Amino acid sequence: MNWLASVQGARPLFVKEVLRFWKVSFQTIGAPVLTSVLYLLIFGHVLEDHVQVFKGVGYTRFLIPGLVMMSLLQNAFANSSSSLIQSKITGNLVFVLLTPLSHRAWFLAYVGASLVRGLAVGTGVFIVTAWFAPPGLAEPWWALIFAMLGGCLLGALGLIAGLWADKFDQMAAFQNFIIVPMTFLSGVFYSVHSLPGFWQGLSHLNPFFYLIDGFRRGFFGASDVSPWLSLGVVATATLGVSALALRLLKTGYKIRS
Amino acid sequence: MSAVSFHNVTKTFESGGRTVRALQGVSFDIEEGEFFGLLGPNGAGKTTLISILAGLSRATSGKVTVQGHDVVSDYAAARRALGVVPQELVFDPFFSVRETLRIQSAYFGLRRNDDWIDELLANLGLSDKADANMRQLSGGMKRRVLVAQALVHRPPVIVLDEPTAGVDVELRQTLWQFIAQLNKKGHAVLLTTHYLEEAEALCGRIGMLKQGQLVALDRTSALLAGTASTMLRFKTDHALPPQLAAQARITGRIVQLPAHDATEIEQILAQLREAHCKVEDLEMGRADLEDVFLEIMRSHQGDHAKAGQVNNAGKLEVAA
Repeated sequence: MNWLASVQGARPLFVKEVLRFWKVSFQTIGAPVLTSVLYLLIFGHVLEDHVQVFKGVGYTRFLIPGLVMMSLLQNAFANSSSSLIQSKITGNLVFVLLTPLSHRAWFLAYVGASLVRGLAVGTGVFIVTAWFAPPGLAEPWWALIFAMLGGCLLGALGLIAGLWADKFDQMAAFQNFIIVPMTFLSGVFYSVHSLPGFWQGLSHLNPFFYLIDGFRRGFFGASDVSPWLSLGVVATATLGVSALALRLLKTGYKIRS
Repeated sequence: MSAVSFHNVTKTFESGGRTVRALQGVSFDIEEGEFFGLLGPNGAGKTTLISILAGLSRATSGKVTVQGHDVVSDYAAARRALGVVPQELVFDPFFSVRETLRIQSAYFGLRRNDDWIDELLANLGLSDKADANMRQLSGGMKRRVLVAQALVHRPPVIVLDEPTAGVDVELRQTLWQFIAQLNKKGHAVLLTTHYLEEAEALCGRIGMLKQGQLVALDRTSALLAGTASTMLRFKTDHALPPQLAAQARITGRIVQLPAHDATEIEQILAQLREAHCKVEDLEMGRADLEDVFLEIMRSHQGDHAKAGQVNNAGKLEVAA
């Protein structure tokens, strides 16, 4: 079966995955938006007069794109990972395992639904925070490209984590020890240029840094590194992670014994 | 073409540092429109075999097809032809009964399936629960939804893995009426169950698994007429002599012993007399499937090599 047929096949599973988070949207969209607004209020209030990263850009304005991207990434990851681990533990994954859906259809459905949730939360955060300090959209296509890629990358990572984890605490470990540090150490709250040399170097190894830097470019027309470099790094990471996720699905890793 | 074909299926896996041979070369076919029973004690490999058929698990070696479609290389066609009712009572708590069935239909490419869904709901006594959330249903109701879910795409081959385990009488009757009706319309049915009277009543042909090997395969009537056609039945308060106890089916005070002819009956009575075993209500009766099952299971006690030699209607081929 080719990719085109897989897109058709993926539709019902994609719809089910979107419905799954939509039915509890207070928790899956509302809660993360509120969290981001709290970040903005606290950090923005404390640091507004002390930090200026780009010329003429106040800290609150600088912070907004970072918060939008962070929420998008974390929720894209949460969607595919939590759906898979819940279905595995409750056993209802069997309903999908019994269907003729190909591994490509699985991939498209889970990553697609993650992207939708990520974009929904990201848009929510943007709308609410922009009300405090409109950040403007200097080069919107960059923002769009990195939002899409970020949602896909984290959706695919969540898929891998969801397949790998056997228990909820393993999933929590993956989230707390990998995803959260990588998002926090990617320049959400600061420019990595303000970090000491070692940490700056380390940040440049983190694909999330390029996601956020490239995304911010879309708002201010200025960034720490070239958006093309960011695009290259993020696209490579997305392709690599997707290839691994597809491979695990094809071999039935931990879902077909 | 067979509805289902198992050819020399083996399954080996590592568990706690030792190798478990869950299936050791199982071969048999289920014909179109057949009602087939797969019996065996816990751990015999029934569910493993069904998991391989359904694509939930992969065989270590061998070949399995559904209506000629290989379950590995042509899995999409194979799964389209299969409707599997899993043993575990699982459900998706996010959805109502109707949503669950609509979603399951869509997985099989059926967008407008409400007429058939309504028919399924009516036949399984679920019509008034259509809009209830899955979480609100009782165990028996959830089991009905599992059956409906397996049938949304009108599969020509229906697989029921212990569908009546812990289920009340009413559902059992509703379920069997409906399944028998589908079977009459040409759907092949593969059933595993621990309720042997169910298998005896429903299945035209029966296969028995023990320790991963097929130890019997024949028409139900032939099995019943075969090895132990008569049973000696009596009640006693005494302990049986060990050689009799080994082959007896004991339910409380009631003892049943397979007795093939007059000589065997005499021998049993002699042994009872020697052991000073006082018996009452002595009678002869026809063997039922449970007697056949116990005798077949016993005759293969700890003797794997013999499994291949059982010859039932030429259908059986077990790799040694």
